[in-house]
Amino acid sequence: MSEENKKLKKNPFSLQVDPALFEAASDEEKAQQVTMRESVSFMRDAMRRLRKNHIAMISLCVILLIALIAFVVPTFYPYTYTKQDVSAQNLAPFQYSAKEQAKIARGQSVFPHIMGTDALGRDYAIRVIYGTRISLLVGIFSALIVIVIGILYGSISGYFGGKVDMIMMRIVDIIYSLPDVLIVILLSVAIKDWVSASKSTLIARLGAGMVSIFIVFGLLYWVSMARQVRGQILSIKEQEYVLASKAIGASPARIIRKHMIPNCVSVIIIIAAMQIPSAIFTESFLSFLGLGVSIPMPSLGSLASDARTGLRSYPYQLIFPALSIFLIVLSFNLLGSGLRDAFDPKLRA
Amino acid sequence: MSETASPFTPNPEYLVQVNHLKQYFPISTGFLKTTMLKAVDDVSFDIRRGETLGLVGESGCGKTTVGRSMLQLYKPTAGEIWFDGKKIDSKESLREFRRRAQMVFQDPYSSLNPRMTVADIVAEPIDVHKLCAGKKEREERVRHLMKLVGLNTEHATRYAHEFSGGQRQRIGIARALASKPEFIVCDEPVSALDVSIQAQVINMLEDLQRQLGLTYLFIAHDISVVKHISNRIAVMYLGHMMELASANELTRHPLHPYTISLMSAVPVPDPQESRKQKRIVLEGDVPSPLKTPSGCPFRTRCSRATKACAESCPAMREAAPGHFVACHNV
Amino acid sequence: MSMLEVRDLHTSFFTPSGEVKAVNGLSFSLDKGKVLGIVGESGSGKSVTAYSILQILTNPGRIVSGSIKLHGEELVGKSNDEMRKIRGNKISIIFQDPMTSLNPTFTIGNQLEEAILLHTSRNKKQAEERAVEMLRLVGISEPEKRIHQYAYELSGGMRQRVMIAMALACEPDILIADEPTTALDVTIQAQILELMLALQKEMGMSIIMITHDMGVIAQICDEVIVMYAGGVCERGTADAIFYHPMHEYTRGLMRSIPQMNDDEKTRLVPIAGTPIDLLHMPSGCPFAPRCDRAMKICLKEKPREYWVGRDHLSACWMNVKNNACYEERPAEGTMEVEDP
Repeated sequence: MSEENKKLKKNPFSLQVDPALFEAASDEEKAQQVTMRESVSFMRDAMRRLRKNHIAMISLCVILLIALIAFVVPTFYPYTYTKQDVSAQNLAPFQYSAKEQAKIARGQSVFPHIMGTDALGRDYAIRVIYGTRISLLVGIFSALIVIVIGILYGSISGYFGGKVDMIMMRIVDIIYSLPDVLIVILLSVAIKDWVSASKSTLIARLGAGMVSIFIVFGLLYWVSMARQVRGQILSIKEQEYVLASKAIGASPARIIRKHMIPNCVSVIIIIAAMQIPSAIFTESFLSFLGLGVSIPMPSLGSLASDARTGLRSYPYQLIFPALSIFLIVLSFNLLGSGLRDAFDPKLRA
Repeated sequence: MSETASPFTPNPEYLVQVNHLKQYFPISTGFLKTTMLKAVDDVSFDIRRGETLGLVGESGCGKTTVGRSMLQLYKPTAGEIWFDGKKIDSKESLREFRRRAQMVFQDPYSSLNPRMTVADIVAEPIDVHKLCAGKKEREERVRHLMKLVGLNTEHATRYAHEFSGGQRQRIGIARALASKPEFIVCDEPVSALDVSIQAQVINMLEDLQRQLGLTYLFIAHDISVVKHISNRIAVMYLGHMMELASANELTRHPLHPYTISLMSAVPVPDPQESRKQKRIVLEGDVPSPLKTPSGCPFRTRCSRATKACAESCPAMREAAPGHFVACHNV
Repeated sequence: MSMLEVRDLHTSFFTPSGEVKAVNGLSFSLDKGKVLGIVGESGSGKSVTAYSILQILTNPGRIVSGSIKLHGEELVGKSNDEMRKIRGNKISIIFQDPMTSLNPTFTIGNQLEEAILLHTSRNKKQAEERAVEMLRLVGISEPEKRIHQYAYELSGGMRQRVMIAMALACEPDILIADEPTTALDVTIQAQILELMLALQKEMGMSIIMITHDMGVIAQICDEVIVMYAGGVCERGTADAIFYHPMHEYTRGLMRSIPQMNDDEKTRLVPIAGTPIDLLHMPSGCPFAPRCDRAMKICLKEKPREYWVGRDHLSACWMNVKNNACYEERPAEGTMEVEDP
């Protein structure tokens, strides 16, 4: 067998394939094979994952709907939360008082009491809406306080480390060990005179209990955020990009602002989202004990508390505020865990 | 340590001079008890303009600390750094130095901020030192730098995590070049990369050195890479410098027993050579830097150790022209 | 008959973004007493191959198809309980990072004894004796004292020795070493490689050495598989791979390694481009986009493996073009085809 034959036999393939295919490929042809993935920033990527999470999205819609009702409806609602009507006490939902029935008989239109009325004849729906508004305000306000103080405190403690960190963290430990309910009670007693004498109508309307709740949130509730941010900063500090920035000659302020805070965003969002429901819960709980808003301002907690006296006859007076708290807290919690899943880089594909 | 404390005079031939650098870190070893970790213990060397000095050693030998102390990322415990005839000691000299000396890091993943775009990462030195007048000039400069390191300029708005390891290292190099430095400390720039990508980055570093007249301190644990890129090589062990010579001289005629065994331990990518290779397998482990042996730090693993080695730490001396070694028995 | 026979193995990870074909049609066989090296870059699928053999893949990874036979017995499709009898007993594995593979809350003696008790009929006391014996075998001084120590009290090299002792305690037929020296310094690496070779000769087991370092391969392997993007580029004896590489990727890899011996400053020849995105695998040869000599067919069709020597297979269209390959295994005494 000749050398040529041997080659052909060992590779029968070469006769069947189009020789044109064995021409060199151009660079463009090669480049076509390489695709670079679509550009996505971290935020957009997280949002995309959040949108895919149906439970979180439904929760978000529920929260937005509740917020819309709480802040928009009172502007055009025919009843106010203070207006009493002795003739319309403890009406059931969609029930009309004798006076209102007479009005209807005269051909005038009367807006129905969607959730009935309370013992003083006030429209219950608007009171629940106002209560919800208070709850949402408390939640958002406390989250804001927590974000601002927590980030500042945590990042300073984490960045400077050493003795500064030690002292700052011991302060956090002390704050952790303070009983918050006790402080609310003491504070509300202490500032009662100041609040009632206050010229600001807002403070006077909120009442000593509410103001002290906000103060307590400001004083005590940022600690877990501060701890988490500090922990995050400590781990970021070890990253080489921080060292690189130092080698370039960047100032501490720039390093914190440009490198550390942006990399804490996920932790901050997650904790803030978890903070809102716990603040709402605390406020409802304190109002239920009579420490929250002052009358006649309603809160979901105080509404529930008032409803206890007529629980057997008018159970819906408890059900509506309770349901509202339940919906708000559940939605915020589900949204919070959805955010955690979306922002936690460990779960990234 | 043979020199007395006479004032140091800079030599204009050298861009960087390190004089008796010491870097100790206090480590708490119990309640209210601290021990000094001597990461770098009395190291002196010079780097010529346009030269690449390789720094090799095993993990924990202090090679990374040398690079970071030189750039004043740690405050040196003792010793002086001279750059271009000026001592780095004041705030002004440091600010100037930070622009003219830069660093490339080992880990292409943790050395780039994942929340910043490539353009912002590359432009960070420009922003910090306010080197560009306007937005347009900055953009132009970023585009130029990206081209310089072989990155697609269309990718300027992308985030670092979208790139592969080799491309990330290119971004890191572009950042180091942004302030037009003369001296770059390359701290294991290729050891996290795959072999085929490693060669790309090494070639690029060589090209940039030629184009821009850069001076490198190249830190790595892989001797074959250091040998390839460096003009001279320094070998470190437990915070001390053991040997310093030209790259060819050091790999051909290593004098220090540590260098010799280090060379013989490097696996050769050639099966027949590998079978022939005579390996000197060092016994035991590197001692803890918290409890360094008396005298020569290498004596606990050295086959040629004598009584003198335990008594005093050998000083660097010139065994052959340009070939320095710190060993009593050479 | 060979000890381990892998046929057309496909392992994929089913991520939310799509299927990642980590191992894409891998075949090889391993004879008794041989050291097989699997070399490749990150993402080449070399570690996933090892995990597939032991079926210790983490979610969302699983073997899609293929066969893995140990002594002729099929392993794919075996239940977890059945696999547990094989892991650590017939096939052992050591990992790259000895710190994370040792439990920090138990003494190393505890962990060694547990491994021995699990697979043998020894009692507690015999197990302890065996543990001491194994530690002595891997060159740990004062093993009677060491068994009462914890992992953090040992250095990296020591820990890797303990891992080897643990893996070999039940005298497995096959030891899989997944980058065992990557985290170690060269002088310690030299110790560990020396130890592995000595133990292999003494105990007669086979080793699968997974590494990215061609130097380590050259030092200890008899046979080599070169992997790229989940597929085999080339496999054969170490000498064939090192001296007659018949795949463009292997050649490129050799060229890009800095040589210690040349005095003159030579330039490295890197492989251009970046590693392939495993989520967007090209239809043709995965290496084609980076290959200097890529042809039109390389981009269209994936090459299959052809024989290029008696103990040498390569999957490269270049060999087909150059008429330099065989459909079937050539007879004994056939020359290696020439490198064109």
